[in-house]
Amino acid sequence: MIDFLLTPLEYPFMQNALAVAVISAAVCGMLSSWLVLMGWSLMGEAVAHSILPGVVLAFVLGVPLGAGAFVFGMLAVALIGLLGQTTALKRDTTIGVVFTSLFALGLVLMSTVTTQTHLQHILFGNVLGTSRADLYQVAGLAAVTVAVLLIKRRDFTLVAFDRIYARAIGLPVGVLTTVLLVLLALTTITALQTLGVILVVAMLVIPGATGFLVARSFPVMLGISVAVGILAAVIGVYASYWLNISTGGAIVLAAAGQFALGYLLRLLTGRRRPRIRRSAVQTLAE
Amino acid sequence: MSRTDTSAQGHRSAPVRVQRLTAGYPGVIALQEVSLELGAGQITALLGANGSGKSTLFSALLGLAPVAQGTVKLFGREPVAARRRNLVSYVPQHEQVDTTFPITVDQVVAMGRYPHTGFTRRAKATDRQAVDAALDQVQLSEFRRRGIGQLSGGQRKRTFLARALAQGAPLMLLDEPFAGVDRGSEQVITSVLHELRDAGTTVLISTHHLEGVEQLADQVILLHRRVLAAGAPAEVLTDEQLARAFGAALQ
Repeated sequence: MIDFLLTPLEYPFMQNALAVAVISAAVCGMLSSWLVLMGWSLMGEAVAHSILPGVVLAFVLGVPLGAGAFVFGMLAVALIGLLGQTTALKRDTTIGVVFTSLFALGLVLMSTVTTQTHLQHILFGNVLGTSRADLYQVAGLAAVTVAVLLIKRRDFTLVAFDRIYARAIGLPVGVLTTVLLVLLALTTITALQTLGVILVVAMLVIPGATGFLVARSFPVMLGISVAVGILAAVIGVYASYWLNISTGGAIVLAAAGQFALGYLLRLLTGRRRPRIRRSAVQTLAE
Repeated sequence: MSRTDTSAQGHRSAPVRVQRLTAGYPGVIALQEVSLELGAGQITALLGANGSGKSTLFSALLGLAPVAQGTVKLFGREPVAARRRNLVSYVPQHEQVDTTFPITVDQVVAMGRYPHTGFTRRAKATDRQAVDAALDQVQLSEFRRRGIGQLSGGQRKRTFLARALAQGAPLMLLDEPFAGVDRGSEQVITSVLHELRDAGTTVLISTHHLEGVEQLADQVILLHRRVLAAGAPAEVLTDEQLARAFGAALQ
């Protein structure tokens, strides 16, 4: 058993891979709790896919990939907001239009400037190719995101729970919402190396969804969500080493397995939540 | 209109002064030329049928609805400024609460203390005492660790009332506080509102239920896009006036 765990770590590339996977999965898991409660799962997918052209342009211009990704992630958020305010289209429609268009732009740009291998890495991640520099970059972004989330966690939770009351007591709801969107973009970037553009959304949604099924209070949900992320990363990295399978895929499957366990637990304990639509508060405020 | 002179808590201006307010949403005029004033330490019932503009008026008082014309002042200030100074508390309507949210009763009530806390909203001893006192006042102390999804409608309403109590603002707005509430909770809510009034808080409730309004409120405002009548319950709650307010909605 010890050998099973230690043998892979004799290779520096596996050390880097495990570290980067665990760090990014932990941040994803943490943010995931708020995304699920805000009803932002689709927004997570939109930001994750929309960063593709930014990554390609950054690659061409020789600037950090994260910078390009961030710019396009925020561009997607801005476009979705603009379409929502200036047309009568529903939110899932505007999200669908924006992120698929930007993703397509990314694919076209890629086909002109880069090789098939690069394409694979950006779309599906390349955790085994993580360098020390990549690791430090991810750790830095993760530290910033976790710090902001933890310091303002009570404000974010109130905004997710009851937007109108949050405004009534004078919280800057617009600013907090924007900060959360910025953190979403940053988190997506931290997970890019591990999971790639396509699978990032899984780790932004599944951990929080699992916590939501099992927990009755938010701190517990947050703890479960982070734990699910970390455990999925560890299982996924080892499984990919010993079974020679896709790392990103293995991580997401490990998370999905935990979600299934959470679901079964929920069914067995019989404490199903009443099925009630999402808060009307949010619809009113948007 | 004010029946107390000592309880305005240092705010010389009227707790609520609305002048010639016209408001609504694109294509809908929900309120037209509405003027009203609430004195300190009074309970006012805003009575009207569904669609009479009660919710829009509440939104305007909270500074959340687009105001086409007219002015809204709380303690002489714009609603946005009043919010920042912790002058307003709000108890949401039944339907606005996300009952699937993983949060316990005492965690909801603790949110009422956020205006009193620092940057991270960490609760101090005084905040925890205020939460305990508020839970005690609405008789929910033994339910404090329950999730809000496990409560009855009345218990949930009392939870949000406790949050507003813990906040301790001089003006409290309650949106349909008696909708979906059992008799026991109704009595608790009524007596808490009377205690608040006696302590000098200005209370405004919106309701479309006639029963109990006379016992509860010092002043009634009958709304149907415009103010149809305002004054003491006995003057306002006449058959003729009520027919105008509620009959108009049926047409």
